Amino acid sequence: MLRIENLCYEYESGFKLKNISFEVREGESIAIIGENGSGKTTLVKNLIGLLRPDSGKIFLNGEDTSKMSVAEIARTIGFVFQNPDNQIFASSVKEEVSFGPKNLGMDNIEEKVNDVLKKTDLFKYRDKHPFKLSGGEKQRLALASILVMNPKILILDEPTSGLDLKNAVKLMKIVKNLQKEGKTIILITHDMQLVSDLCERVILMKSGEIIADGKIKEVFNRESLLEKTKIELPEIAKLSKILGFGIIFDPKELYEKWRSLND
Amino acid sequence: MIEFEEVSFRYPGNRDHVLRDITFHVKKGEFLGISGPSGSGKSTLCLMMNGIIPKTIEGELSGEIYIDGENIKEKEVYEVSEKLGLILQNPESQLFSMTVEEELAFGPENLGIKREEIEERISWALELVGMEKFRDAFPHQLSGGEKQKIAIASLLTMKPEILVLDEPTSNLDPKSRIEIFKIVKKLNKKGMTVVVVEHETDFISSADKILILNDGKIVKYGTPREVFREADYLKHVGIRVPEIVEFSNYLLKGGYVDDIFLSVSEALEVLNVKDRESML
Repeated sequence: MLRIENLCYEYESGFKLKNISFEVREGESIAIIGENGSGKTTLVKNLIGLLRPDSGKIFLNGEDTSKMSVAEIARTIGFVFQNPDNQIFASSVKEEVSFGPKNLGMDNIEEKVNDVLKKTDLFKYRDKHPFKLSGGEKQRLALASILVMNPKILILDEPTSGLDLKNAVKLMKIVKNLQKEGKTIILITHDMQLVSDLCERVILMKSGEIIADGKIKEVFNRESLLEKTKIELPEIAKLSKILGFGIIFDPKELYEKWRSLND
Repeated sequence: MIEFEEVSFRYPGNRDHVLRDITFHVKKGEFLGISGPSGSGKSTLCLMMNGIIPKTIEGELSGEIYIDGENIKEKEVYEVSEKLGLILQNPESQLFSMTVEEELAFGPENLGIKREEIEERISWALELVGMEKFRDAFPHQLSGGEKQKIAIASLLTMKPEILVLDEPTSNLDPKSRIEIFKIVKKLNKKGMTVVVVEHETDFISSADKILILNDGKIVKYGTPREVFREADYLKHVGIRVPEIVEFSNYLLKGGYVDDIFLSVSEALEVLNVKDRESML
């Protein structure tokens, strides 16, 4: 679906992405993690064509993206900003979601818009002004306005940051449904609970390089990697590790393991 | 230090109250954590503590609020700000000067404090938040976490006795988040009265007391242990307890422990893990 080969990119400031290579298969969900300044956003900007690699190649369905415009890439890769306010500009929810499909010259726009608004639980707000929505609703609107263009790959940048439990759970359910529909998901986040709920595979970045790519528990069980990236494990994972169960992020899972050992 | 007596508030033109019958007391040097789902009235509560409500944002306020024994209705916002500093979620809304030094000098200058004293306060505040090297930096070139530290330092130069932080870390990465927590805890240890509003409860699990708001009312108020024992109820109203506390709640229900635990070290003690020193 998406293949990156030896991608290098350097900013004028000197920060570099060094030799990034990985492949994302269709229907896969991966998380890209790493501390601030590790290069996650720079990588994503290269993927969606806002930045162009100095060297190396990106293939989208086998096609070299260096020959594609940002708009062409956007038909396949949808990117949802961390801060929905950066993305929202129309005067009603319905208009906001209709904007993309109109630009792409899609047909049956109204039907598609309504469908997406129902999926994201925003149908009842379709005539409301976007700025009257709550933080969680705005986050879903940003997602809806990308989803409506039906991209095969979705990149979500910190989708739950600043959301309370109810809104975070709602967003997670929507993403889970998208996974069931077969969408390919790339998640950028600090929220380890979210990563362990949604993704099997993580790519760990540090100073512009990929330093690990594998199953989430394998990556986190490697002590040396964690020290290198200065990623702080959540308390629950620290405890599960000390108790000898390896890395576990889910309290219920840890409890089941504990119970099976102590009964 | 902070006293709310049966406080209710309604924004103009709204039928419903955002806050109803709010009563709680924060003693000098205490650390109070406040949590609740979006729209439960947390931010409104913060704006009442420094008098922005009802002085700047008007509405129908009943009940009494006392800060350090003085009724807030009889004070102007600038008078309250000498006692109580308020940090907002987005530090950018609070920073406006060209340099960090100017930013930190702004408050005390307006209080008419002497230059030497201001210099001293700036050095002291920057050291407290670990930002000594950034004295001549431009606030807008700093990272989110650094901006929030400068926002805190700019209140510290006013030498307030109370610090109120409204979701100070919700836009920050985990590392900066932990740094902000450490700063706030340090200030509290030095005797400052602290109120922290967070929808993530991990930070406030070390508070002296926790107050949970839902739909404008106090639904739980007690020590973290008392409040977190009700993990199921909290989840029901939309508040996630720290994962380690959730695990301990499962153990409690299963009869494996007599009470919940709040930290890894406490867990190891309760679960009787041998040789825990070496394990930590």
